[in-house]
Amino acid sequence: MRNEINEAHEAVEELSYSSEAKRKIVVPGEVIVEGDDYLPGEGTRREGSKIVASKFGLAEEAGRVVKLIPIFGAFVPRRNNVIIGRVTDITYAGWLVDIDSAADAFLPIEESPRFINRNEMDQYLAVGDVISAKIWTVKGKGIDLTLKGKGLGKLEDGFIFRIIPSRVPRVIGREGSMVNLIKERTGCQITVGQNGWIWIKGPNTDSEIKARKAVEFVADKVHVNGLTEKMEAWFEGSE
Amino acid sequence: MAKEHKRPDGRKLNELRKMIAKVGIIPNADGSAMFAFGDTVAIAAVYGPRQLHPQHMRNSSTGILRCNYDLLSFSVYDRKRPGPSRRSQEISRVTEWALLPAIDLSQFPNTVVDVQIYILQADAGTRTAGINAASMALAHAGIPMKDLICSVALGKNDQTLITDLTKEEEDYKEGEGATDFAIAKLANNDEFSLMQMDGKIQPEKVKEVLEMANEACKTIYEAQKKALKEVVENPQGGTEA
Repeated sequence: MRNEINEAHEAVEELSYSSEAKRKIVVPGEVIVEGDDYLPGEGTRREGSKIVASKFGLAEEAGRVVKLIPIFGAFVPRRNNVIIGRVTDITYAGWLVDIDSAADAFLPIEESPRFINRNEMDQYLAVGDVISAKIWTVKGKGIDLTLKGKGLGKLEDGFIFRIIPSRVPRVIGREGSMVNLIKERTGCQITVGQNGWIWIKGPNTDSEIKARKAVEFVADKVHVNGLTEKMEAWFEGSE
Repeated sequence: MAKEHKRPDGRKLNELRKMIAKVGIIPNADGSAMFAFGDTVAIAAVYGPRQLHPQHMRNSSTGILRCNYDLLSFSVYDRKRPGPSRRSQEISRVTEWALLPAIDLSQFPNTVVDVQIYILQADAGTRTAGINAASMALAHAGIPMKDLICSVALGKNDQTLITDLTKEEEDYKEGEGATDFAIAKLANNDEFSLMQMDGKIQPEKVKEVLEMANEACKTIYEAQKKALKEVVENPQGGTEA
């Protein structure tokens, strides 16, 4: 079980947090750089020879491309995102899942990893159960989920809490480095959903609380470089 | 020429009241901010983008913005009866129109972004303080925006143009009386998104008013920018202070 959960992170699309790149906080409409050489990336636009921010966040220059990393904001579902959700209703064809986004998500009965009798759906997933699932499609009408994949399925025991969804890439770290560090140091199982919900289960309550504090520490320090080292220091200090 | 105009609180003619701007004051909201012009205090909370009910209001090509402005019952001297009024509905709508040119919700079809603006303390210029707070709260909520919106009320006491009127100045009775001119504009642009006027003014003075608005908006923009940057550097400061 533990390893499977690990792999769920690796499937997740990650933003690169290069520590050398110049970063600064910008507000919407603020000029990030001036010059015809630069290319506007995500969250920015060109106005004459200027690159202007279209969102509130951290502007980063990566070579010629200027992009903006949002640090606040609601979750915007994308295909293949691994998310954590809570079952809110059972219909004849599947489950309705609250994933903390604008649209409700639907998990069709065929997308569960094994065959489930339509009359016994609540024995597999009941209302109020928490699952980690992958987003299969995002259409105008809504979101479809799947449970077919490594590390997906019902989350039993442990607890969930929420962080700001835009901070998720930070918590995961490069190729899962940050979350793996926290897992190692606390001995907890952790699943990070792209929608900002985080599930933690540990051997005892103390380590669970410690893992949660560690995650919140990372989520708070958005503008700090070399966080993994700071995290290690934090663990040293708290022991 | 009339004798030199003196403002009751001793400010210069183009001087704003002391501003306070704070972001991240409501932990449960997706974005929130507080903005104060002297004794006028406004808070704004942004929720969304989220699913829109009733369904018939949904727009399948873009998200919509829904604003709600209200005075709290203790914000004025005579208790304000709680609940929507003709005035608050008008200001809600006007605020919505003032904010719309700056935001882009095309990424979030069928959804709504709700903006709640409450006035904690009223001393004239509440709609402008509300717009300033709402603009910061929208940015804080991570909504794609072209620009921030800055808003200020200008006015005229008899023949003298002044910036950021207080309630006392709004009730000025001598000569031509008081004129109130509420303005909102895109911070880095010359586009105005709100212009309301109440009272008498000469056409040639309107241009002067707009120039004063430009000046004042620059100061307001700096305050907004500073508050937004502060919340990143010191995330606890806003929510726990």
